[in-house]
Amino acid sequence: MDFALTEEQRLVRQTAREFAEGEIAPVAARFNEAGEFPWEIVRKLGELGFLGAIFPPEYGGAGLDSVSYVLLVEEIARADGSIALTVAAHNSLCSGHIYLAGTEAQRQKYLPRLARGEALGAWGITEPGSGSDASAMKTTAVEDDAGFILNGTKAFITNGSVAEIAVVMAVTDPARAAKGISAFVLERGAPGFRPGGTYQKLGLHASDTAELILDNVRVSREQLLGQLHGGFVDTLKVLDGGRISIAAMAVGLAQGALDASVTYARERHAFGQPIGHFQGIQGMLAELATEIEAARLLTLRAAYLKDQGRGIRLESSMAKLFASEVGMKVTTKAIQIHGGYGYTREFPVERHFRDVKLCEIGEGTSEIQRLIIARQILQLT
Amino acid sequence: MKVLVLVKQVPDTATQVKVGSDPRAIATTGITWIVSPYDEFAVEEALRIREKRGTGEVVAVSGGPERVKEALRSCLAMGADRAVHVLDPALEGADTLTTARVLAAVIQQEAPQLVLTGRQAIDDDTGAVGAQVAELLGWPCLSWIMEEAIAEDGATVRAGRQVEGALELFDLPLPCVLTAQKGLNEPRYPTLKGIMGAKKKEIKELGPGDLGVNVDGPQLELVRLEALPPRPPGRIIPGEPKEAVRELVRVLREEAKAI
Ligand SMILES: Cc1cc2nc3c(=O)[nH]c(=O)nc-3n(C[C@H](O)[C@H](O)[C@H](O)COP(=O)(O)OP(=O)(O)OC[C@H]3O[C@@H](n4cnc5c(N)ncnc54)[C@H](O)[C@@H]3O)c2cc1C
Ligand SMILES: Cc1cc2nc3c(=O)[nH]c(=O)nc-3n(C[C@H](O)[C@H](O)[C@H](O)COP(=O)(O)OP(=O)(O)OC[C@H]3O[C@@H](n4cnc5c(N)ncnc54)[C@H](O)[C@@H]3O)c2cc1C
Repeated sequence: MDFALTEEQRLVRQTAREFAEGEIAPVAARFNEAGEFPWEIVRKLGELGFLGAIFPPEYGGAGLDSVSYVLLVEEIARADGSIALTVAAHNSLCSGHIYLAGTEAQRQKYLPRLARGEALGAWGITEPGSGSDASAMKTTAVEDDAGFILNGTKAFITNGSVAEIAVVMAVTDPARAAKGISAFVLERGAPGFRPGGTYQKLGLHASDTAELILDNVRVSREQLLGQLHGGFVDTLKVLDGGRISIAAMAVGLAQGALDASVTYARERHAFGQPIGHFQGIQGMLAELATEIEAARLLTLRAAYLKDQGRGIRLESSMAKLFASEVGMKVTTKAIQIHGGYGYTREFPVERHFRDVKLCEIGEGTSEIQRLIIARQILQLT
Repeated sequence: MKVLVLVKQVPDTATQVKVGSDPRAIATTGITWIVSPYDEFAVEEALRIREKRGTGEVVAVSGGPERVKEALRSCLAMGADRAVHVLDPALEGADTLTTARVLAAVIQQEAPQLVLTGRQAIDDDTGAVGAQVAELLGWPCLSWIMEEAIAEDGATVRAGRQVEGALELFDLPLPCVLTAQKGLNEPRYPTLKGIMGAKKKEIKELGPGDLGVNVDGPQLELVRLEALPPRPPGRIIPGEPKEAVRELVRVLREEAKAI
């Protein structure tokens, strides 16, 4: 048992922290209030290698381990949830799926552009009529001599309208349910493939969330990702990794809210003393700090096990479930500690509060995580 | 051109410094250590010199305990080619002259054309080491530089420092020592590839015997550190602006004796 980070992991964390504090925190409120996609930040993320963090150098990546990646996403989320989600969806979902299931030719074709940040990635399974019950999707891919024709609509897709490369899941054999779903890689500009509407969201206003419309999109066999009908099995593996990054995002948002609260509790005076001198505030801060630490440890442990090549379905679900619920609790209390100001946009805590809610929904709701965990415990599958 | 950068590892700027159980040192538990920000300007400038000239070597040098390797590693991650770590117990709590003697010995071994360092380290704020090193080597030194340009033939450098409302420009022969002021450049963040590559770069460790420097006790002896008394809370002077200003002036004159 060794809880120490390596020198390299500490350096990654320090660099991500300095970047987040120096480049993201000062502009995060501006982008979020304008509902603007932060291209200037994303370009810098690409230059620093954050958009290819976990992929081997032969595909243009930095070759970080999952533990470093978790530290990186956490540090970014401390400053801004939107950018953390952009990074997480790009790396863990889109690039992650191509790396997991792609042929050597597919990896070479797509990963270097994604890793260098020349192209952002999106990943679509959710549809207007199906989310938790993902295999009930309606998008179809009909095979013919030349390849496949795709039709359907994907909903709530992170980076949907800004991505150059997208992985989408479609039904290739309706009779086989989840075992009849396949994954495809599409590029922006393919005839019939376009982003649909974006959403007016509660939070994450600087993250792009859009529909993807597939209207008779012709794809070649080279764009089939993984085995025919094997897309859903791969999806579950991709989500095992993705959930760790959502857990890290929740930990970061919670830590950011706690940091702001500690500063505020030192500075705000009531009844002749800093509010941090009241036991009521102290109790809250102590509890929040402790729960964040527990969430962080679960998240790092899931990442560590992934680095060991172990199955992490249970661990990543536990980390995501716990961290996202801790995130909600911490940000709620952070607003409380800020009193009336916490309810305003003068302080970052209301933004973190709105942003972290997504962590209880995206990549499987908390109810679905409980289902996954229970099934593992009860050995139901 | 070989450029050597002297860096010091210091507590993070956000650290709430406390006097330790030994009153001659600060409590170091829980401190995050960083490369002193002025030294980062120096590292950045060295990297730019190498990039501009298309060739050369940047060597980061630091003295201190084992943890100092981490500061050197982050210089390597930024792009320095290799590093030298002087691991000498005599450097613990050493005065600036001792530190400068040790660093000057490293410089003599390495024989660079240029030495860069920060105008001061942000922990002790002595600002003496750069000048002392230059003095020991008999090299010219220009402190607090805001810009520099090395002549194409590598024989001289023109460097500027800000003085009250103006820029003072100097020509210096190389080798020389330059100390960096804020504004010299904007240090880069290490890239993730830089971080991953840094572990393959060399950090040469030098012990007490390797430099032939006689360290015969500090000439500046630190007696003790004293915590500042807590700053009294601010005071708000209420009332109409006209009366409030009159009261403020009175307080500044009679109580604070500031005017
Ligand atoms: C900002 C944002 C970004 C997103 N990014 C992406 C993306 O990049 N790619 C992508 O594919 N999707 C993305 N999504 C979609 C997200 O994954 C889904 O919203 C999520 O999986 C839930 O699906 P749903 O919205 O259809 O809710 P539903 O599945 O309709 O769920 C509604 C409620 O019913 C509950 N429920 C459903 N089934 C059960 C059950 N069996 N037992 C108990 N309770 C149940 C749910 O927990 C939830 O509380 C994103 C969503 C948002 C909001
Ligand atoms: C939308 C909105 C509408 C409002 N409308 C009105 C209005 O119409 N009229 C009006 O007068 N005000 C109004 N308010 C102000 C509101 O009543 C105050 O925000 C509230 O009383 C808290 O005061 P505060 O914001 O100064 O927080 P603070 O008093 O600074 O409190 C900060 C934190 O310290 C805690 N704290 C303070 N003292 C102690 C203690 N002794 N022990 C333990 N914990 C302590 C608080 O519980 C809180 O968590 C409004 C506020 C908002 C956000």
